Amino acid sequence: MKAALRRSVCVALLLSVSAALAADDRAIQVGSKAFTESVILGELVNRMAINAGATANHQREFGGTRVLWNALLRGDLDVYPEYTGTIELEILAGKNIAPGEAGLRAAVEAEGLRMGRPLGFNNTYAIGMREDVAQRLGIRTISDLRDHTDLVLGFSNEFMDRGDGWPSLRDVYKLPHTDVRGLQHDLAYRALQSDDIHAMDLYSTDAEIEYYGLRVLLDDVEHFPTYNAVLIYRPDLAVRAPAVIKALTRLEGAIDGATMSGLNKRAKIDRVSEDQVAADFLETTLRVSSEVVEVTILGRLLQRTREHLTLVLFSLAVAILIAVPLGILSARHQRLGQLILGAAGIIQTIPALALLVFMIPFVGIGEPPAICALLLYSLLPIVRNTYTGLTDIPLHMRESAEALGLKRGVRLRLVELPLASRSILAGIKTSAVINVGFATLGAFIGAGGYGQPILTGLRLDDMGLILQGAVPAAVLALLVQGLFELSERVLVPRGLRLDPID
Amino acid sequence: MLKLTQVTRSFGATVAVHPTDLSVRPGATTVLIGPSGCGKSTLLRLMIYLIQPDSGSVRFEGTEFNADDVLELRHRMGYVIQDGGLFPHLCAADNVALLARHLGWDETRVSSRLQELADLTRFPVDGFSRFPAQLSGGQRQRVSLMRALMLDPDVLLLDEPLGALDPIVRSELQVELREIFRTLNKTVVMVTHDMGEAGFFGDVIVLMRDGRIVQQGTLSQLLNEPADDFVERFINAQRTALHVLDEGSAS
Repeated sequence: MKAALRRSVCVALLLSVSAALAADDRAIQVGSKAFTESVILGELVNRMAINAGATANHQREFGGTRVLWNALLRGDLDVYPEYTGTIELEILAGKNIAPGEAGLRAAVEAEGLRMGRPLGFNNTYAIGMREDVAQRLGIRTISDLRDHTDLVLGFSNEFMDRGDGWPSLRDVYKLPHTDVRGLQHDLAYRALQSDDIHAMDLYSTDAEIEYYGLRVLLDDVEHFPTYNAVLIYRPDLAVRAPAVIKALTRLEGAIDGATMSGLNKRAKIDRVSEDQVAADFLETTLRVSSEVVEVTILGRLLQRTREHLTLVLFSLAVAILIAVPLGILSARHQRLGQLILGAAGIIQTIPALALLVFMIPFVGIGEPPAICALLLYSLLPIVRNTYTGLTDIPLHMRESAEALGLKRGVRLRLVELPLASRSILAGIKTSAVINVGFATLGAFIGAGGYGQPILTGLRLDDMGLILQGAVPAAVLALLVQGLFELSERVLVPRGLRLDPID
Repeated sequence: MLKLTQVTRSFGATVAVHPTDLSVRPGATTVLIGPSGCGKSTLLRLMIYLIQPDSGSVRFEGTEFNADDVLELRHRMGYVIQDGGLFPHLCAADNVALLARHLGWDETRVSSRLQELADLTRFPVDGFSRFPAQLSGGQRQRVSLMRALMLDPDVLLLDEPLGALDPIVRSELQVELREIFRTLNKTVVMVTHDMGEAGFFGDVIVLMRDGRIVQQGTLSQLLNEPADDFVERFINAQRTALHVLDEGSAS
């Protein structure tokens, strides 16, 4: 009965989720990785598709390489910008790939996807240092690093364990460094400036290289391959929207390295929105005009609040429907209860981001995985407090209800749940407040909400933008807390809120 | 009425009730008494099937308790415990009427029954809207008694019903309770550890020790013909209380 309830809740959830997805089934889903250049390229694709008459949607800052590639394979995305070196050495590492562009294209097609022609620039990895530090230590090449074992290296998290990243770089150059840290790419530039790290991985089209006047170390054994930017797309796109495929070919060869660096600089250093940067480029280079909608801060705030509340409320509502019955079940059957509480506890120990990404294969991208992950995180406090609330009811109280001759279900409804209401409500409150904070991570997988400006703010090193997400999230958490305290006065029976007179 | 045949009950390694027979006399008040841990409360809880016997049978009006009939049999019994066992989230009236409403009584019937019970137990009607936490100990026991009597059950089971009250309220309520039992002519089984109270209420007194019935009979039988040394010692230890009682009834 409980299992059936749980199943039907899950089915209902999935149905509503797929209904939401089906609504813009026809829209072309463009993805981009969580760094500026990728967002600009994604926006270029998005605008070209719209210009070609299609409905398109840009899932910006969608995640890392693996997340995007898998989303494309599954059909959650239709197209996203990738780099040849990444495909060869990271995504398809270990596969037998014939040399050259044709070989790589064949390999991509063998995976069931399509690869366009290079967009015109090579954004290779490089290792960079502050000019003054490099000068002082006399370091010109990556090999020179070998003699300076005390240097702290800071690499983007993806670079840390990519096939073409730090592990192979270390092996090829025999680098002995032990203090090697993983950190977010944009933050690494700041750490380099403050001398917390001494060398970092660069993307050769990064605007910061010129802006900070960094020294790019010579790749003297030619370890890093070529990272030509290309578009990867699903084959069915050619059937669904041939005009879009045709339009996208106009981007091929249209962006050289200097141009891309310039676009990156406008977005990151000059703080022009990626939408504007993309629109301006298309206007001047391809004579494709597109509209840039400037959303007001208030408008954006409202939309993010709506997205955030959707995540929190939907997941919380379903969590209550699942967790309260589980709590009741746990209170009734001690052994099963330990099992349920244990399982809910284990879920709680899974790192938030890992849980989010783990959800993608099951329920796709955007809101559904975020809601599912939030839901799973909400279970433990509610299950535990329902369990505690029920088992804390004194024996004589339970026996008084039983002695009246009430059925178990009736006792539960009329006596036990009301007596446990304060505890259950406290559990729901805990889950709600945790959810408000946790939902900010939803932006990492395209679910929007207050996490979006935080993510973008981190990438653009823009404290104002970060606060646009962090402050409303904190306010919402306080608001939720306050609302629950008010609701206690309505939901907890008055008789339980009185002090005894003797 | 209520009949226990060779019932036994253990909790883990502890034997709470050794094979015991007991027949409760209809219309009379039977008091179960004995030192702490003698099994008197366990016996009472066996009678309403809050705990099941390991062996033997519990019959109520000839029907043996079993899982199917237990609810219906309980509707014909009223149960009162030491601190009332009132549900703190419900006001006095809702506590009393909980079962009747669940069984589908209409509000007219409920409120006229509440009025009857309030008269019987001398409970002030304005107290009905109060929550248990807002009532005195004595009032709580009146509400608890009303709840037990709501469906006009055949038998009342009371587990130390006056045990948590201060002496003045307690002696007042003793007198009132006995009045009520006599008025209603109910079969009553009461658990107490107080010999004075046992003598005051009990038509039949059942003295227990270590999970066994040592002697059952009237007060004078226990006083004059103690079955063994233990009965004599148990009664002597509580003589003072009996003495006071004797003086009270003499004056």
